[in-house]
Amino acid sequence: MSGVPGHDGWELVVGLEVHCELKTATKLFCGCPNSFGDEPNTNVCPVCLGLPGSLPVLNQRAVELAMAIGTALHCDIRPSTFHRKNYFYPDMPKDYQISQYDEPINADGWLELPDGARVGIVRAHLEEDTGKTTHAGASGRIHGADYSLVDYNRSGVPLVEIVSAPDLRSPAQARSYAAELRAILVATGASDGKMEEGSMRVDANVSVRRAGSSELGTRCEIKNLNSLRSLAHAVEHEAQRQVEVLESGGVVRQETRHWDEDRGATVTLRSKEEAEDYRYFLEPDLVPVVPDDGWRSAVAEALPPMPAARRRKLGALFGDEPVEPGGARSDQVATVVDLGLDELVEAAVAEGVPAALALARTANEAATDADAARRLPLVSYVALLRMEATGELTATQVKTVLADLLRDGGGDPAELARERGFEALSSEAVAAMVADAIAAHPDEWGRYRSGEDKLTGFFTGAVMKASRGQADGKAVAAELARRRAEP
Amino acid sequence: MRPSPARTASALADAVRSGSTTAAAVVEESLAAIAHGDGEVHAFVTVLADDARRQAAEVDRRVAAGEDPGPLAGVPVAVKDNLCTRGAPTTCGSRILEGWHPPYDATVVARLRQAGAVVVGKSNMDEFAMGSSTETSAFGPTRNPWDTSRVPGGSSGGSAAAVAAGFVPLALGSDTGGSIRQPAALCGVVGLKPTYGAVSRYGLVAFASSLDQVGPFATSVVDAALLFDVIGGHDPLDSTSLDRLPPRMASVVGDGVDGLSVGVLTEHLDGAAPDVVRRVHEAAEACAAAGASVEEVSVPEVRYGLSAYYLIAPAEASSNLARYDGVRFGLRVAADDVVAMNTATRTAGFGAEVKRRIMLGTYALSAGYVDAYYNQALRVRTLIAEAFATTYRRFDLLLGPTSPTTAFALGAKLEDPLAMYLSDVCTIPSNLAGHPAISVPFGTGDDGLPVGVQLMAPALAENTLLRAAAVVEAAAALVDGDGNAVGVEEQR
Repeated sequence: MSGVPGHDGWELVVGLEVHCELKTATKLFCGCPNSFGDEPNTNVCPVCLGLPGSLPVLNQRAVELAMAIGTALHCDIRPSTFHRKNYFYPDMPKDYQISQYDEPINADGWLELPDGARVGIVRAHLEEDTGKTTHAGASGRIHGADYSLVDYNRSGVPLVEIVSAPDLRSPAQARSYAAELRAILVATGASDGKMEEGSMRVDANVSVRRAGSSELGTRCEIKNLNSLRSLAHAVEHEAQRQVEVLESGGVVRQETRHWDEDRGATVTLRSKEEAEDYRYFLEPDLVPVVPDDGWRSAVAEALPPMPAARRRKLGALFGDEPVEPGGARSDQVATVVDLGLDELVEAAVAEGVPAALALARTANEAATDADAARRLPLVSYVALLRMEATGELTATQVKTVLADLLRDGGGDPAELARERGFEALSSEAVAAMVADAIAAHPDEWGRYRSGEDKLTGFFTGAVMKASRGQADGKAVAAELARRRAEP
Repeated sequence: MRPSPARTASALADAVRSGSTTAAAVVEESLAAIAHGDGEVHAFVTVLADDARRQAAEVDRRVAAGEDPGPLAGVPVAVKDNLCTRGAPTTCGSRILEGWHPPYDATVVARLRQAGAVVVGKSNMDEFAMGSSTETSAFGPTRNPWDTSRVPGGSSGGSAAAVAAGFVPLALGSDTGGSIRQPAALCGVVGLKPTYGAVSRYGLVAFASSLDQVGPFATSVVDAALLFDVIGGHDPLDSTSLDRLPPRMASVVGDGVDGLSVGVLTEHLDGAAPDVVRRVHEAAEACAAAGASVEEVSVPEVRYGLSAYYLIAPAEASSNLARYDGVRFGLRVAADDVVAMNTATRTAGFGAEVKRRIMLGTYALSAGYVDAYYNQALRVRTLIAEAFATTYRRFDLLLGPTSPTTAFALGAKLEDPLAMYLSDVCTIPSNLAGHPAISVPFGTGDDGLPVGVQLMAPALAENTLLRAAAVVEAAAALVDGDGNAVGVEEQR
């Protein structure tokens, strides 16, 4: 669905700039550990503190991860250079940021959304992160702060900035793009994609125009989008604000705006007139990065399948039944891919477990502890799901045993079921119990035989009671139906 | 008056290594010379007497233990104050770095220590290496040991003066537009600016990163080669460091110039004083006498070098010097908010010449001006490099004056930046091209002050450069200020 919610006749145009921290062992230009949450100012050295005389040396692993991102986003991977972006800020030790400017390592790619739409990728370039400033005082921002503390642990952490084309047309699509990009970044191994820890940071360029127009309106850049939810909200609110300005005869000023989550509104940070002149020039302390064909293909070959391909592969398990976009099954597929649990589903289906059952158990139950689920021996998981498929255990029992498996990191599901007292009831036992129930309730049996279907529940309940809940409801119903069909 | 230089580094190191003297004795001699003479010369910002004695004791311990104490065992060295020395002041001649003690050694300093050399002090310099007279130092000027009413040149004036005065046989300097060669010429010592990338810049406080290069000062060409052998070579901490340098320059110094072709660069003769030009011609004749073919050559592009340099160097400096903001190290002048603190700190911490260049460079990079100034200067830089490349197809070496004049009086050019900038006109082109060049003393001018001749060579041709420098040096030993023959021993 495109357009500006609540305003017919307007079209929304969004492009996203996503900063992704790379999951390297060390920083972009020095050997300091790249790790989140350590004691402030412990992962620092002359280089990332910008001490006089220090020089940057490029981290090759960061280049490889950037190339992996570029490959996953179908970009051209090009010879590239670094520039200095000059501006003063206390958390930027050199008072310039080393960033790629007119020669980025990745350019001209695309990303496919789950609904099949393609979003252009303008560039995905390498740069260094700044330190982190904490402003002490009532405002929590630099203005009005009593003092500020700077942690340089983050200074020099490698970032890839991914700039989309202005191809997104709704808040939901912007959210879908960010979610898909995050899944791709996680799949490449480049990032953990944690927006709440700041390892993925999203800025949105938002403009509106009259429906049918092909010209771009004046855009505003929205910052401080800390979750996918706030991204969608902020884009929607900003679009509405711009439409209201235009409809009341005003003009939208190009500016940077801050999303205020509590107020549910964007507020001006700085206008274009106040914009800095960054005085970019080629970083003389670094040499160009020129990936050769061999390096490029090595990166491409090492790349695991991307989410879109994995979703297609899971969808194919359903054979002729299509997985409809936006449906419940599509959501389950997306969850499984997001959490990297594809193998569990695929292994179960390969051993004869119905695709719907394998997908549901994985997306609903295994997903509750995805880290443990990814470590689970496939053989345990598949064996458990087979016990449900054959009726040896009920759905409720399977969920209980699965929780045990996740807790223990594996095990024999039959053994765990026995320990729980979930005695597997053979079909003979079920048949015997059904026969007992029929014998005990001849009147009801007669009415059931003559077509009173609602009595299925009566007999099932009786068998369940007798088996203390261990009988499989479906197996009981099947036995009842078999007996009724007997002459 | 001709000062008396120290014994050569090679001789000192041999004596220490063989046990005929101790590093402790050599270092005490150096410290005594400094104590006696530096009050007048002011070559040093900081004398590291205690550190030096500890280092000397360690060298002597290595000798006594039968370990290899290194090729520069016990040799006192002055280190320009823009090279980081762990735990010891590194001021760059600026108030803004007063009191800052780097937590690490520059690669070249680490290599000096590894080679057994003893760092006796940090030598004075123009503030952030911006100047040609060592007068812009926040800690007062250095004076020329030949005539203390004259400047020693700059920006590495302290290092040049320390060697010329006989305080130390070796010193390290840095050369962005001539800051080793010009003071070497004005103080009558040897100064080498290596190929860009031949010596690590790690720990050299940046002025203009694409031009800066560390190099040696010495009393002889062979000593300069010895020090270059110690500090040069690949460093993984400097991305622009080269790894294809021929080893052991010192061993080829005596190979002569027979069969080499030397071009005398006419553009550099044009603006030079007649007595300086005369010495250049004599040096050319010495090369010819040693078997080189010599002819004049014009490379008109070098005329634009100075203009290009005074856009590129300040542009890079404006960025390199941004970090002196009062936040993490050095001077901080308190103020109400961070921007006011940055401004007050930089206003108080930087001198006039540094501020002038930061403003020039900021302007040259600004939106709307960058194409006309900085980018245009880069195109000129390319033209100069290409012109040199063409010239070096015909010549192995180029020869000219290092400085258009001998040492000028203190204060003579301080208030006239353009006149000051012109004293680097002959040295700048090699920095723009990234090529090596050396200044070798060659007699004196009409005023009795030393003249330096400059030899230039293509990238990584340090061996050719040093061979020719040794030939010129040998010829220089046969002339004095009046053109009369003097003996080598007398000069030493």
